[in-house]
Amino acid sequence: MNAFLAIRNLSAILRGGSQRVLRSVDLAVEAGEVRGLVGESGAGKSMIGKAVLGILPSAVSIVEGEILLDGRNLLAMPQKERRRTIGTVAALIPQDPLTALNPSRRIGRQITDRLVDILGWTEANASARALELLDEVQIQNPQRVMASYPHELSGGMRQRVLIAAAFAANPKLIIADEPTTALDVTVQKQILKLIREMQARHGTAMLFVTHDLGVVSKVCQKLSVLYSGKVVEDRAVSEFFAEPRHAYSKALLAATPKYTDPFASLLPVDEAVIASVDAEVKAADREWRHV
Amino acid sequence: MLDGRGAVGRRASWRLILSASWLVFVLFLALAAPLISPHDPLEQDLFAARLPPFWMHGADPVYLLGTDSLGRDVLSRIIHGSRVALTVALIAGLATGFVGSLLGLLAGYLRGRTDLLISRLVDIWMAFPPVLFAILLIAVLGTGLSSIVIAIVVIDWTRFCRVVRAEAMNQSKMDYIASAVVAGQGRVGILWREIGPNVLPTIVALLTLEMGIAVIVEAILSFVNLSISTDAPTWGGMIAEGRTAVYQAWWVLVFPLVVLFLTVLSFSQLGEGLKDRFDPVLR
Repeated sequence: MNAFLAIRNLSAILRGGSQRVLRSVDLAVEAGEVRGLVGESGAGKSMIGKAVLGILPSAVSIVEGEILLDGRNLLAMPQKERRRTIGTVAALIPQDPLTALNPSRRIGRQITDRLVDILGWTEANASARALELLDEVQIQNPQRVMASYPHELSGGMRQRVLIAAAFAANPKLIIADEPTTALDVTVQKQILKLIREMQARHGTAMLFVTHDLGVVSKVCQKLSVLYSGKVVEDRAVSEFFAEPRHAYSKALLAATPKYTDPFASLLPVDEAVIASVDAEVKAADREWRHV
Repeated sequence: MLDGRGAVGRRASWRLILSASWLVFVLFLALAAPLISPHDPLEQDLFAARLPPFWMHGADPVYLLGTDSLGRDVLSRIIHGSRVALTVALIAGLATGFVGSLLGLLAGYLRGRTDLLISRLVDIWMAFPPVLFAILLIAVLGTGLSSIVIAIVVIDWTRFCRVVRAEAMNQSKMDYIASAVVAGQGRVGILWREIGPNVLPTIVALLTLEMGIAVIVEAILSFVNLSISTDAPTWGGMIAEGRTAVYQAWWVLVFPLVVLFLTVLSFSQLGEGLKDRFDPVLR
């Protein structure tokens, strides 16, 4: 298999605990493909993205497994080399556009940073590139936005800026960590469309973290369903929506609100399903400890 | 003032204008002291001792704000006293700010052992009564300007350290720090470029406050005769001398006290005013 990002058997624990928060995760994103990563709050979706980018909180430590980026194991590299590798080929589209831009630096500088610092571009080239990108993410008057501070832009604008910044260094892989969650619904739709277009144009591989199956069906080709830090289903999106295999996936899909009937009551995930998937996780843990 | 929107200056508030004007005035006094003070601040004239200020009965208009028990001109001594006060305010304020902010930034950003060490140090420091600590330090270091500056830095760095540490911790949790790490920024780059500018408004506000405090500490030390040297005119020293004859010559006590009060107040108000005006986020 020729995956650009391959996570193999990745387990992580909280410092001082024995419970795993990531349970032998296997996951692959091929070049140019978008993989959705769905699960409930606290399932470990974002943590996987952070592990790949090397920004896990210090309380989480990885105890086994590999993260292969372009065939090279990030976890086996010395810190400095890992930072550099990640900085050249990977980027992040963060969740909250309100805190993801530095409030006291101008937008332009924040886009060009990586180009100048890591890739050694000249300031002029980097600025030209930033302008081009701001134009590409359909920002009116990119010259002015470059000179603006984040608080002068709306949430949607900021998310566009963040998308531009993520694509700036032509990364091979982008981790999108719930990029539309903090936006209101009408803006969500535009941003989603924009991310899809940019991804298709640049052919970037993407790991799309979300809890919204509707978003997955629009953006992703592959899908991993996470429960309690364990991948319970790994499928092509079209197959998944036609016929989810795992009981939990089925319940999750059934719980998705249907917009065709706004008065239908929301369906929670069945408790029996939760119990069975919990048992499954426990069994995996027992097995893991014996290895 | 140019900000991101172009030349849209927020209006300077009254507190900013008033406090800055007073400080500029005191700065002028300090710089031009030998030129503008009507008398030599050390010259004694026992025949003209305890003369009242000019509007009172029995005043000699040559001594505008009167004279003290040794017949020295109060106005000239206040003017010359501003030199010591401002020197201490600037040097001690900046030095304290630098030391405290640096340690605070390191503790708040690096966390872990560095934070543990620095934070415990702050805890220990805060258990000392500051003025006694200062007097003790001066007793060990000997009197003089540099001793005062060192004493203020040693006592007051914790003020910056605590606040800057908390602020740096807040900033470190923001997503833009994570983005910078992903983009390959090193630790120094993150501290200097990402966290530093966001902590700066807080540091500036603290700095002006600290300058006011430095003026007070200097005055306290002068009051207990542990400041520069006993005959150099300082506001604290004048207050101490004036205290002994307050019923006969209140002006020796009151005028330096008022000037001291206004200066310290101006420093703290300047900080608030600057923060209001220049903080890009308007927190």
